[in-house]
Amino acid sequence: MKTAVEAKTMTLVQAITDALDIMLNEKEEVLLLGEDIGKNGGVFRATDGLQAKYGEGRVIDTPLSEAGFVGAGIGMAVNGFLPVIEIQFLGFIYPAYEQIMTHASRIRMRTMGHFTVPMVIRAPYGAGVRAPEIHCDSTEAIFTHMPGIKVVCPSSPYDAKGLLIAAIEDPDPVLFLEPMRCYRSAKEEVPEGKYSIEIGKGNKLMEGDDVTVITWGAMVPEAMKAAELMKEKNTHCDVIDLRTLFPLDKDMIAESVQKTGRTVIVHEAHATGGVGNDVLAIINDTSFLYQKAPVERVTGFDAPVPYFGFEDHYLPTPARIQQAIEKVMKF
Amino acid sequence: MENHFPIRRIMDENGNIINSDYEEKITEKLVKEFYRHMVRIRIFDRKAISLQRQGRIGTYAPYEGQEASQVGTAAALRENDWMFPTYRDHGAAMTFGHSLRNILLFWNGRNEGCVPPDGKKIFPPAIPIATQIPHAAGAAFAERKKGTANAAIAYFGDGATSEGDFHEGLNFASVFKAPVVFFNQNNQYAISVPFNKQMNSKTIAQKALAYDIPGVRIDGNDVFMVYFETLNALERARKGEGPTLIEAVTWRYGAHTTADDPSKYRDQSESSNRRQETDPILRLERWMKNMGRFDEKWVQTIEKKAADEIDKAIAEMEDFPPADPAVIFDHVFAEPTWQIKQQKEEYLKLIGGGQ
Repeated sequence: MKTAVEAKTMTLVQAITDALDIMLNEKEEVLLLGEDIGKNGGVFRATDGLQAKYGEGRVIDTPLSEAGFVGAGIGMAVNGFLPVIEIQFLGFIYPAYEQIMTHASRIRMRTMGHFTVPMVIRAPYGAGVRAPEIHCDSTEAIFTHMPGIKVVCPSSPYDAKGLLIAAIEDPDPVLFLEPMRCYRSAKEEVPEGKYSIEIGKGNKLMEGDDVTVITWGAMVPEAMKAAELMKEKNTHCDVIDLRTLFPLDKDMIAESVQKTGRTVIVHEAHATGGVGNDVLAIINDTSFLYQKAPVERVTGFDAPVPYFGFEDHYLPTPARIQQAIEKVMKF
Repeated sequence: MENHFPIRRIMDENGNIINSDYEEKITEKLVKEFYRHMVRIRIFDRKAISLQRQGRIGTYAPYEGQEASQVGTAAALRENDWMFPTYRDHGAAMTFGHSLRNILLFWNGRNEGCVPPDGKKIFPPAIPIATQIPHAAGAAFAERKKGTANAAIAYFGDGATSEGDFHEGLNFASVFKAPVVFFNQNNQYAISVPFNKQMNSKTIAQKALAYDIPGVRIDGNDVFMVYFETLNALERARKGEGPTLIEAVTWRYGAHTTADDPSKYRDQSESSNRRQETDPILRLERWMKNMGRFDEKWVQTIEKKAADEIDKAIAEMEDFPPADPAVIFDHVFAEPTWQIKQQKEEYLKLIGGGQ
């Protein structure tokens, strides 16, 4: 017998499929576009079975042309559809950069709301899965710097489903980043049916009064491991999964750093120009006088994401995060 | 390749109809409409340049010489079709029903100028090169999915065909049989770079072969040819037969923009010669004279009417309320994010409460 909120255990990538399925079923205007998303179900199987269920007219295999199908998606979005576009890997989004920067993100502004682009661009991102070069980029900051597009990055199956539904229902373009390292690494109970999570809201994963650890995406499990280990040393962390990178959850950040006075920001993207710097700006603007120690950042280096033979050296690890936590504690 | 894609025309430079298939289709009403619109947009173009010189609008991109291409295409569209112009196609946009005041506002640095009149599906002018081509493909694909008979037209220049988005847009449209007309105005210069340095291809129409779609090369200064070929392409599109690439060979007499000096890169006597020989308006006038249908008084009347209409639009543009800084913040998202709210509030406070 079904209860009102039956749940199913699923991986992050299955939660994505579930969200797409629900939205395709609910709204005729929702269309999926991307490379190999039809019969093949996407290279990560995020659209597995959806073409068979909804047909080639709604789950559309496109030519191999990121600028072309993102541009066409803009044309479809201004003409009444809700395209959900899959970019195979974030590292291959660059040909579409111009379409996103000069059109998707600013058509509402240019036309004062006459034309709008309710479109979602999904992109797996990040290192740590032994993928070939360029497949591992984490260049979210390129897009958080663009006015007019929201950037979302879930780390768990539950969040992925709720945030993707919210992204599809958002009246503006949303870049939806999927940490491929988390695609199948963990399972959790995900409610059946439709629910959404508000874009722009973080999630407190652990409560602690000593240090705030702020992170997102594939670094969430790493930060949680570090925070667990620090408990044994009697240091208690507030761990925040930002979930949305634009707009950042200012209130959650301020509340936590005012409580702890000590902060470690963790991201796998390059340090310079990274979203961590915007988190720092929020701390500066809201909580300067509460700070007991300079904020530490644990990030990827200012080097291109290396070939996977080196990626374990590039990515922040629980050990590096712990070291930073100890540093802010000892200051 | 020029032999495979000859420049097709209905009317020669002297205003003689050289393709008798069209004789009956060329009605007095049509001719007068073409003439009136070409004169109207030419007067607009000259006035706009003069406004820029006087500092009353910003940098302006003129289209004089390309009137037949712009009027002939716009006249072929139906009310519910989509238009994706570039910054040099406001002649087409105003022929299709865009507001003259708003076009002037656009050139005077105002977002209000990108808003088309209600019900008019005219996209804001593409400033980056060729990016509107995939948009038109997508909007047209959407019409097909909705099951309408509406189509889209994308305008672009010769230089745009060197861009990746040209290829990606045409490929996308041909794969999905999107009802779109890709209308190229080959005015033979991309700012300063001439056609033969832009591409090794001898024509632009031949590029259609790669997508297995029809490619036609026409005289872009022959308004009849432009109109009937665009109608054909739209007809194909509406029937579900997919996109067409039209190369309209034309010439811009003047500068790329008012910030450009064409005498630096080409002999402007070419423009003077073309004004005498192949001018689209003069050519239609010759046809009217040949047919004994040229009415000097009527011409004066329509010129006066256009000038008055444009003067009125200029006055409306100049009387338009000053730029409201709230506009910067209010249309970034449907609902402003906290950053935008905060920045708006702080800025309006700084300048004294805002508006």
